[in-house]
Amino acid sequence: TMDSCDTPESTPRQSASSRLKDYFIGAAPLQKRLESVRRQTSFVPTPPRRKIPQCSQLQEDVDPQKVAFLLHKQWTLYSLTPLYKFSYTNLKEYSKLLSAFIAAEKQKGRAVEVGEDFDIKVIFSALLGMKGTQRDPEAFLVQILSKSQLPSENREGKVLWTGWFCCIFGDSLLETVSEDFTCLPLFLANGAETNTALIGTWFQKTFDCYFSPLAINAYNLSWMAAMWTACKMDHYMATTEFLWSVPCSPQSLDISYAVHPEDAKALWDSVHTTPGEVTQEEVDLFMDCLYSHFHRHFKIHLSATRLVRVSTSVASAHTDGKIKILCHKYLIGVLAYLTELAIFQIE
Amino acid sequence: MSSQKRVKNSRAQKKSSQGSNSYQTNLSAWRVKEDLNDSKSVSKHGQNNPVEYYEHADDKAEDALQIAVRYFEKGPTKTSRSKDKTLEKHLKTVENVAWKNGLAPEGIDILLNVALSGKFGSAVSTRILKCMIPATLISEDSVVKAVSWLCVGKCSGSTKVLFYRWLVAMFDFIDHKDQINLLYGFFFASLQDDALCPYVCHLLYLLTKKENVKPFRVRKLLDLQAKMIYFKNSENLWKTALLAVRQRNQRPSPEPLKLMLGPANVRPVKRKWNSHSVIPVLNSSSCNKECGKKGMSLSDYLSSNGSFPLEQLKSFPQLLQNIHCLELPSQMGSVLNNSLLLHYINCVRDESVLLRLYHWLSQTLQEECIWYKVNNYEHGKEFTSFLDTIIRAECFLQEGFYSCEAFLYRSLPLWDGLCCRSQFLQLVSWIPFSSFSEVKPLLFDHLAQFFFTSTIYFKCSVLQSLKELLQNWLLWLSADIHMKPVMNSPLETTLSGSLNSVSELIDYVGWLSTTAMRLESNSTFLLHFILDFYEKVCDIYINYNLPLVVLFPPGIFCSALLSLDSSILNQLCYIMHRYRINLTAAKKNELVQKTKSEFSFSSKTYQEFNHYLTTMVGCLWTSRPFQKGLYIDPEVLEKAGVAEYKNSLNLVHHPALLSYAVSFLLQEWPEERTVNMSSIRGKKWNWYLDYLFSEGLQGLKLFIRSSIHRSSVP
Repeated sequence: TMDSCDTPESTPRQSASSRLKDYFIGAAPLQKRLESVRRQTSFVPTPPRRKIPQCSQLQEDVDPQKVAFLLHKQWTLYSLTPLYKFSYTNLKEYSKLLSAFIAAEKQKGRAVEVGEDFDIKVIFSALLGMKGTQRDPEAFLVQILSKSQLPSENREGKVLWTGWFCCIFGDSLLETVSEDFTCLPLFLANGAETNTALIGTWFQKTFDCYFSPLAINAYNLSWMAAMWTACKMDHYMATTEFLWSVPCSPQSLDISYAVHPEDAKALWDSVHTTPGEVTQEEVDLFMDCLYSHFHRHFKIHLSATRLVRVSTSVASAHTDGKIKILCHKYLIGVLAYLTELAIFQIE
Repeated sequence: MSSQKRVKNSRAQKKSSQGSNSYQTNLSAWRVKEDLNDSKSVSKHGQNNPVEYYEHADDKAEDALQIAVRYFEKGPTKTSRSKDKTLEKHLKTVENVAWKNGLAPEGIDILLNVALSGKFGSAVSTRILKCMIPATLISEDSVVKAVSWLCVGKCSGSTKVLFYRWLVAMFDFIDHKDQINLLYGFFFASLQDDALCPYVCHLLYLLTKKENVKPFRVRKLLDLQAKMIYFKNSENLWKTALLAVRQRNQRPSPEPLKLMLGPANVRPVKRKWNSHSVIPVLNSSSCNKECGKKGMSLSDYLSSNGSFPLEQLKSFPQLLQNIHCLELPSQMGSVLNNSLLLHYINCVRDESVLLRLYHWLSQTLQEECIWYKVNNYEHGKEFTSFLDTIIRAECFLQEGFYSCEAFLYRSLPLWDGLCCRSQFLQLVSWIPFSSFSEVKPLLFDHLAQFFFTSTIYFKCSVLQSLKELLQNWLLWLSADIHMKPVMNSPLETTLSGSLNSVSELIDYVGWLSTTAMRLESNSTFLLHFILDFYEKVCDIYINYNLPLVVLFPPGIFCSALLSLDSSILNQLCYIMHRYRINLTAAKKNELVQKTKSEFSFSSKTYQEFNHYLTTMVGCLWTSRPFQKGLYIDPEVLEKAGVAEYKNSLNLVHHPALLSYAVSFLLQEWPEERTVNMSSIRGKKWNWYLDYLFSEGLQGLKLFIRSSIHRSSVP
């Protein structure tokens, strides 16, 4: 085959054509990406029907302690482009490198660094089983722990910051990248923003990826409201609550609307027709029912305001891109939808 | 050395551009003066060429600097009466130039020597050191020489401290660091000086390599650690100056950029995400570096021993020699600022390189795009310059980025039509070739809405960028057509499919143009831009070797033909002439090939062209307009009240040419009392034609030569 890239002698004509050829070879996956962007832009941004979250088989493998650790915490969401040359076999080395990086950044201005003896420790660990399909790459967790200076005390100190990377049913993204990349489009962080920035910067530098804050618009929040209400629960832990924001000066006005979870479920069941699935019409109908009920009592058209938060027994989500997952059973289901939103953002 | 040359060159360029600018403004000033006085003395004064004057001013500053530097180099004079004054003057000169433009490496070399030799005393040394701001770079030799002064005890402690602070602050701008690193032992020994210690620590932090780490040094540092010494911020003094130098160094240059590498990580990283600069700093794989520093290693990076480090990549031949083992930057986005790496991107086979660039660029565009953020136009400048960088890279590569196309799709519906308009339209012209019908609903339909509702200026800009888009697509296709057998295009399109896409683009512009002409009441200005577009269109067959001829819509043809502007008519003639040549060539090829190829033009195209041609001949030559070709019902003409005039429509009476006819008659027969237009016939007609041609109507000339048999002079 032609290899004119390395042969400077080739005539301009030849090299020009081989350039284009190379361009094509390289462009194939990009072309695919672009096609999917076109599809997304030209039609409704999200598919009009989704599955009601189910309990995942794979999730059974996840260390229950770790799952418990992920629940009931507020996570800030980010989308993340594929990691280049990330390797699961190097997690230990990454721990060392990242802690060195953080220490270097934190100690900037101090004259001398002292070997390994930082007052923090970084741990990378895999979240085995946290995936939608076997094809999904393994999720992993990064933690910053404070290390006590006194050896007598418990070495494992307080958790200062936690972040985790996952991909649940990420097929559409996986299709478009080569094996040099690891697709973990959803990143969730809990802890000081400065730490998130620090760790994000290290990842961006090391794996040539890009973090963007993942906001959730009102349209997607109402989908969440419907899907999470549709989940079968053994017992409800929290009321179903919606928060609307009315833009008015000098301060915006928030309207909170709490519904008993069983009432919400009953309402859902009355609008729900397709078994196992949620459709766009059902979501609209569900929200419309809530609106009209509210209007009957308070004469306020909620449809003219902006939905900013949804809380259910399954999870709660804020338009700022903050989420709290409450129900162990539907963890994967919630993450699947968030992964979908993250993939949409990076495509 | 090369850096010095560059500095000079860029300065020379600056000078000349300044000169030409000032020339314009000054010339007009001079004219006004002359009008007012009209005296010889003033005009003599005017001869004092303003260009010279301005160059003088610039030279003056240059000369003054040189004199000042020479003064310092010679050392203090003994006669001390005017000494202080002269000294002060020269010091001021150096300070002014340094803070304004920075100093050339030679200047820094000399002055650094002066400062550390302590010739002029401590106070002067301090002032000199404070203004040692490089124009671009500092030569390593100068630093080594300066360090050697530290050993002889000529300068005071405070000067030494200041020198170390300066060294730390300017570290990034030193061209090489190998020699300096050889002085590591000396610097390390200086730790014993308590006053110097914090600054030396900082310097060592910047300088230390793996091989510098020795047990005895570690022991010494552990002692120091107990004292907990902190760096003092050495940059403070020079903060604004450093920013200016960085900006100067980052300025796009046609030559391969000087890579500012080395431990550049020293820069204070802003804690806010990605805000240090939009485009990442060029850095070979950062992990690698960290490994070296910390003595850890990843198998990945160890295996890449034979790779060529980016730090050493400075020229195109180097790139060619090492293209197979180039160590790629840790963040692919950094290639945008480096023309050598753009070359690399251009011929790379590794799809992951393109994917990394794609992801980074897509996300950055989305993140930085200012019209996504409500009421947040603070970063407007930054975003504009980011787009400019992208467009520069696209022009350099002669290729659009897919990320930009995706960005256009997403952002166009939210665009206000004003923000970064020029950049936005340039991005449109770099959309990679694709199926027009697919892109239309995503992009061109939105663009049409903007087009129809915006000013005439916007319309012209859109037409201009669509012309460039057409050109880019044609170039791409004409290169593509010759390589069909060797490759499988992922576009899965046949040539006819591709040509169809091009012709749809042309039709789209035809539709925009026709409607725009109505909206802008046949503006001549607009029509120029439209005809510019068709000047590209009419030559596709010959210029790009692509079997495609698309004619302009009748609305455009008629507007141009009946325009009051002679340059429009001339342009129309030229375009018709080129259409004719292209169609003739196509027909000839068809006859040669005999077999009916897939791309033979339908007879409709020829008919349409003949229609236009007949109409033009009727309007310009035979005075029988709108009978053949484009037919207009006589009743309509009668209603418009022009039935009787229509028979005299020709080169003489055409509204765009009437003034030429009058000038022609006045020039040739100045004695005639009345101007008789109808007298231009027979021989006079031929003279008139020559007159028109001599007036620059070259398009008309080509048209008449090729399309009209001169035997039929009316």
